[in-house]
Amino acid sequence: MYDIYAIITGPLAWLSFAVFLGGSLYRFISLYQLARKKDGAVFQYMNLAYALRSIAHWLTPFGARNMRLNPVMTVVTFSFHIALFIAPLFVFAHVVLLEESFGIHWITLSDRVADILSMVVVFSCIFFFARRIMRPEVKYLTTWVDIVILIIVAAPFATGVWVFHQWAGFPTMTLVHILSGELMLAIIPFTKLFHMFLFPFTRGYIGSEFGGVRMAKDW
Amino acid sequence: MTDSTAVPDKGTDDQGILTGVEQLSPEKIERIINEVLSSETGAKLKVYVDTCVSCGLCSEGCHFYLSRDKDPKFSPAAKVKQTMWEIMRKKGKVSPEFIKKAAVVAYTQCNLCKRCAMYCPFGLDIAYVLSVMRRICHRLGVVPLYIQDTAHSHSVTGNQMWVKDDEWVDTLMWQEEEARDEVPNLRIPLDVEGADTFYSVIGPEPKFRAQLIYQAAMIMTAAGEDWTMPSTPGWDNSDMCMFTGDYEMMERLKKMHFEAATRLKAKRIVMGECGHAFRSVYDMGNRALGWKMPPIPIVHAIEYYHELFSQDKIKIKKKFDRPVTLHDPCNIVRGRGLHEMARSVVNSTCKTFIEMTPNREHNYCCGAGGGVINCGPPFKNARVESTKIKAEQLFAAKAKGAEVVIAPCHNCHGGLEDVIHHYGVDMELKFLGDIIYEIMEIPE
Repeated sequence: MYDIYAIITGPLAWLSFAVFLGGSLYRFISLYQLARKKDGAVFQYMNLAYALRSIAHWLTPFGARNMRLNPVMTVVTFSFHIALFIAPLFVFAHVVLLEESFGIHWITLSDRVADILSMVVVFSCIFFFARRIMRPEVKYLTTWVDIVILIIVAAPFATGVWVFHQWAGFPTMTLVHILSGELMLAIIPFTKLFHMFLFPFTRGYIGSEFGGVRMAKDW
Repeated sequence: MTDSTAVPDKGTDDQGILTGVEQLSPEKIERIINEVLSSETGAKLKVYVDTCVSCGLCSEGCHFYLSRDKDPKFSPAAKVKQTMWEIMRKKGKVSPEFIKKAAVVAYTQCNLCKRCAMYCPFGLDIAYVLSVMRRICHRLGVVPLYIQDTAHSHSVTGNQMWVKDDEWVDTLMWQEEEARDEVPNLRIPLDVEGADTFYSVIGPEPKFRAQLIYQAAMIMTAAGEDWTMPSTPGWDNSDMCMFTGDYEMMERLKKMHFEAATRLKAKRIVMGECGHAFRSVYDMGNRALGWKMPPIPIVHAIEYYHELFSQDKIKIKKKFDRPVTLHDPCNIVRGRGLHEMARSVVNSTCKTFIEMTPNREHNYCCGAGGGVINCGPPFKNARVESTKIKAEQLFAAKAKGAEVVIAPCHNCHGGLEDVIHHYGVDMELKFLGDIIYEIMEIPE
């Protein structure tokens, strides 16, 4: 057990960070080079002010008409994404690990808040899953990859809650927790999860087109 | 999980598509697709296809989806799934049968109105992705017959409607003659060098709606405009090649148009009430020719009318007194933000203005744009079925008292005419020019 623990918190952890960072960097550079070669116009029309205008509207809850048309989805999506970032970065147990390994630390969430945020992520994933199989327009688009990604994203949070509450078999769950977290990080560059990095560019570009050329709103 | 409960696919009987598909082989399909993908697309397409998380939120943006009782096959992302996703996933290894279906989706189930780009949280431009599909179909020779005919006309005559050079001049002189009954010294000045305004129209105006040229001449004369029209090819600003995916022809057409204006040393191009032509001149054609923005200032009719009223260049007898509502055409509203100017012109000319909802950037498409109406009779029933939501929107405006629909776009006219007729909306359809002509003081 301790051997496995040592492997997944040692080499595997480094590997997952390396794949995440290296993979993301690789995707960025290759997309940038391709864009430079084939999509010169994109750089011509990109406009920082209009890009930020569009991004700001779409990062504001209910800032776009479509968000108002789908209020439940809007609330769930926003809470999901916020919780997804805040919980792992500021949960006490993670910051302690950082402190022990590298001597750095930052503010932490109270255990209770972290627990709630993790559950928000898990329940959001259940909501997304239900939406995927119940809404015909989403079901039509859904592939098994979408479901697997949902499971991979939910796993570290579900197991995190488990471990925190020390439910039955929590030592094994700790391993699953770490492993699934590493897996999630590692697949980001190669799956649709990469949307986290592409969002500012796709949104920014359409915002620039609408603002600068089309002189219209895009929200 | 990829099945849908969509309406059964009855197949298409369009001869352009069927004959084109007959001549395909899997090798040819793969070769052409990869040629287009590697030489004409890049990171933009890749990012659009890779970023889509298939959340389905674009559905709300599409009038096809809303009109077809939320049939999942008609959501914007679903149309990409049935076309470019599959093509990119299989790296071009798709069957002729696949191309047949993809052509129907790309040419007739999307108006390229870009409304969905405003509903996608990522702002993915699905109209662009479907344009790439059309481009592939064009290169494969699988294009609906009727729209291909207009593209042929473009390449032979330089205009969309097989109007011969002498017929064009003849039509202008005929309209001039008619108008001189009303205003004895009215002219439609041909080939005047250095005029302030070069006025261009779309092919269907001389062909079917010559009275619009008459009205424009009347408005220009009343406004004291220093204007001209060319007697040569280049007078037609329309562009069906842009919609078939024949970008080489689109470039030639736009070049003819811009060059006709520059040859006459015109200061600006004012164009009639057309949406797709505006898209071609202001957005796609100029870019294809390497102009970030059009080489000559382009003024759409709405902008021009707005100028007339805001500068008091035209006098009206009395305001149009029947209650009107306004349809916002995609290409000049989502394409150029002319919605507020349009409202200002409507308020200057009409007594009662009733908004239809949703409006401005969020208005529902007429169902005709993007070349869909130009695909002709084989697709008419399907097209009109896909505008139910538009009919409901018009009925709601009618319930609030609107009797007349103003649609400042030719394609929208064609589409709305069918909507009004098919669903029994019973409203009258007008161009802004119709109204201005009706109420203005006719010059001496």
